[in-house]
Amino acid sequence: MTEIRHHIPDTVLDAYSAGTLPHAFGVVVAAHLSICDGCRARLAADDMLGGAMLTGLAPAAMQSGARDRALSQLDAPSPPVPRGSGVFPAPVMAELRGQPPRWRMLGGGIRQQILFADQEGSLRLLYIPPGKAVPEHGHRGLELTLVLQGSFSDSEGAFRRGDVEAAHDDIDHQPVAGAGEPCICLAATDAPLRFRAAVPRLLQPLFRI
Amino acid sequence: MTKPKDDLSDLTRDLIAVRDRRDRAAFGRLFDYFAPRLKGMMLRSGLRDGQAEDVVQDVMLAVWQKAAQFDPHRAEAAGWIYGIARNRRIDLARRRPITLPEEMPEPESLEPDPAHILALQQEARHLAEALDRLAPEQAEALRAAYFDDISHRRISEVQGLPLGTIKSRIRLGLERLRHELRNIAP
Repeated sequence: MTEIRHHIPDTVLDAYSAGTLPHAFGVVVAAHLSICDGCRARLAADDMLGGAMLTGLAPAAMQSGARDRALSQLDAPSPPVPRGSGVFPAPVMAELRGQPPRWRMLGGGIRQQILFADQEGSLRLLYIPPGKAVPEHGHRGLELTLVLQGSFSDSEGAFRRGDVEAAHDDIDHQPVAGAGEPCICLAATDAPLRFRAAVPRLLQPLFRI
Repeated sequence: MTKPKDDLSDLTRDLIAVRDRRDRAAFGRLFDYFAPRLKGMMLRSGLRDGQAEDVVQDVMLAVWQKAAQFDPHRAEAAGWIYGIARNRRIDLARRRPITLPEEMPEPESLEPDPAHILALQQEARHLAEALDRLAPEQAEALRAAYFDDISHRRISEVQGLPLGTIKSRIRLGLERLRHELRNIAP
């Protein structure tokens, strides 16, 4: 595995750990954690503090028989462990409901599948052929993009598998897919993207870009 | 904060026994130690007695079922169990459950490294001792931040305690350990 260079920002990781991150972003964070040992260790470090505080909490008496109740449940079958498939880690496969992506063509060879959308954010998979640019776009609020295959570059740098780009609304960026494999990304936004070029803008309502 | 100094490693040893040998006696000891503290955590977060009791049962069952994922190079028992409990508590308050990362398998070639595991235990013990040395009102503020309103733990400072700095220090300490481990591993 190549080294991951772009990680989840602290504030986003804290929000994930506190459970305050909207679902679309939570999936991107969980997918990154599925392939990034370093960020996983950062979370474990935070839990170490929580654990130290847990051991210092005043115990509250359990009901009588609680221990036997727990022991009697140990033979129950465990829930299945979610697994990834190919380039898609388990959190993405869960959003895909275990099926391969069903791409929709956006023109220029670019494809996408919207995985989830609500008032708090939307989540999509993007497929960008080598050397192709995603139309220049700005966005309100935060956009979190995780590379699952191939690579892309923009004004912020080069992003490869496992890398996350956290773009705020002050960034107008134009990602271009690298040579080699097509670039597949998982992207969460908290508002619809606003594309710059006239045609994609017209297409926006149609394709919910 | 009345626990003897060495029980952190005893707890981790019990969790490893659960993981490797499905040791029910070890699980019973973990239950005796953690269940009442987890119940204290759940009561502080606003659950009523019966519900707190049920959540503790869920958490301890998850400890048994997820034990294969426990890696003592990365976590000690209390922190690992705290993470499971925190996620369960948060899920009660969310419309949809938190998305969890995929289990990450340890490379087969990686032998357990006792020095690294002990070093991590030691870090945890230092942390517990540092918490013991806090002024009572600081300790209480920290507990309030962690346990009272569990879904609003987006704080970097608690009454003069630079929580963000403390967390970065722990992260750096563990990063250093991991790099040492990586250099030793074949």
